[in-house]
Amino acid sequence: MEATISFRDVRLGFDEGDIVRGLSFQVFPRETLVLLGETGSGKTLSLKMAAGLLRPLEGEVSVLGKRVSRMKEKELLGFRREIGFVFQEGALFDSMSVEENVAYRLREEMVPEEEIGPKVREALRFVELEHAIDQMPSELSGGMRRRVSIARALITKPPIVLYDSPTAGLDPVTSQTIIALILRLRDTYGVTALLATHRLQDGFALANFFFDATSNKVLSNREKASRSLPGESNTRFAVLRDGRVFFGGDSEELAAVKDPYLKRFLV
Amino acid sequence: MADTPLQVTGKEPEAPESRSASIPEILIGSAKEAVLRVQEYSYLALQSVTNVFSGPHYVQDILDQMDSIGVGSLPIVLLTGFFIGAVMVLQTASQFVRFGQTSLTGDAVSLALVRELGPTLTSLLVTGRCASGIASELGSMLVTEQVDAMRAMGTDPSRKLVTPRVLATVLVVPLLTSISDFIGLVGGCVAAVFSLRLGVVQFWTRAIDALELSDIMQGMMKSIVFAFILSTVGCYKGLTVRGGTQGVGRSTTQAVVISSVLIIVADTFLTKLALYLADKLF
Repeated sequence: MEATISFRDVRLGFDEGDIVRGLSFQVFPRETLVLLGETGSGKTLSLKMAAGLLRPLEGEVSVLGKRVSRMKEKELLGFRREIGFVFQEGALFDSMSVEENVAYRLREEMVPEEEIGPKVREALRFVELEHAIDQMPSELSGGMRRRVSIARALITKPPIVLYDSPTAGLDPVTSQTIIALILRLRDTYGVTALLATHRLQDGFALANFFFDATSNKVLSNREKASRSLPGESNTRFAVLRDGRVFFGGDSEELAAVKDPYLKRFLV
Repeated sequence: MADTPLQVTGKEPEAPESRSASIPEILIGSAKEAVLRVQEYSYLALQSVTNVFSGPHYVQDILDQMDSIGVGSLPIVLLTGFFIGAVMVLQTASQFVRFGQTSLTGDAVSLALVRELGPTLTSLLVTGRCASGIASELGSMLVTEQVDAMRAMGTDPSRKLVTPRVLATVLVVPLLTSISDFIGLVGGCVAAVFSLRLGVVQFWTRAIDALELSDIMQGMMKSIVFAFILSTVGCYKGLTVRGGTQGVGRSTTQAVVISSVLIIVADTFLTKLALYLADKLF
């Protein structure tokens, strides 16, 4: 099976030195790879390289079979239609309303106005924020901003979604809401995802739960097995340390590790 | 996991080499960085122009910026223009009065305003108000990842953010300069009438007669170049902010300082060029 996202020996650094040093991993269709790591371990940079927002100094980044690391910015602008990006703080455009933020990509693509309205409402309904359609980003709470950001990322129904610390700085209840939304997006649209986080519980939640469309609820995998529900979604973990993969495996392998560095994430 | 390059390595990463740089290395590094900055700025400035000749165009953004930069700057341009004209009359008249030639005041003020003070002062005022505004707005967008979000959604920030600001500034600064020139002459006229007891008609006749097409062309050419400088520097400083919100403040100040210095330096060369062209063409 061909990988949807593939990093091979990727190196990236700035004046201060290299941050990503020989990073290699692959993400397969409908799979979620959780990039775990401390601040400065290169998680955000990896996501930005996957979206072609940053170009690696060495190595190769391929997304949907295209060598993103070698594409020109002009080609990338069109290619990024295939990718939804949820930024850490939402990165909503301050000067635009929620509706304008969510509809941004459609308006850029000259989609007729009569088609934009229903699509925006559908995306906002998905994140349960239809009532906030006319509000400005400054009027929204942190969690609401992330939800609008998710709505903005899914408006064109991209096959790949990149999440940059989607729960960072949020309270546990709001974090759960965001994770439930990510599960819903994964299990409803079957997106391939790369999720950067420093919170292991987010990764375990993605690995151990799924969204059941019939009951419209988040259920545990055990329930899925007992009720023999369909749907296959795989969640794997990659722990980054000093710019490279220090550990790769699924949730059970990660839970069983003995390495003292990795154990710090499990506490 | 077998079919992926993800493996449990458990290997300690190698520590990066650390070595203190020598003085020549530091100097070469700084020179390289300076050249890189000039190159980046030139590329952005060039892009802001070439974007005009291909789509997509953000007409609404251009109009919004024209409103913000042009209409927003009008009050300060009117106020300062009036008083600059008045003070020019008072200063020149104090010299002309020694030779009994106060009637020449209109000529001097008109030439100075249209050729030099109008474009320069208007551009410096717009720099203070708008280059800083552009740098802080784009800088804030950059640090809150809004610029990256724009790129991630397939929009070229140079088209959406830079070109509308540059185009709007280049369109409105010459208009503001024209208004400033006229209001300056009105201010000069008021000062001449009340302070020197010159006639209104006499002042305006001399002021208009003194002007040639080359003078107006010189003023307009300068204002276009100054507008281009202040808007591109503002955009460049905004889009190259480093160091979070603190960096935004630093870039805003730098945008004003660099634009102001470049405008004054460019003024010298443009004056020389304009005088040469006026001599050859008109």
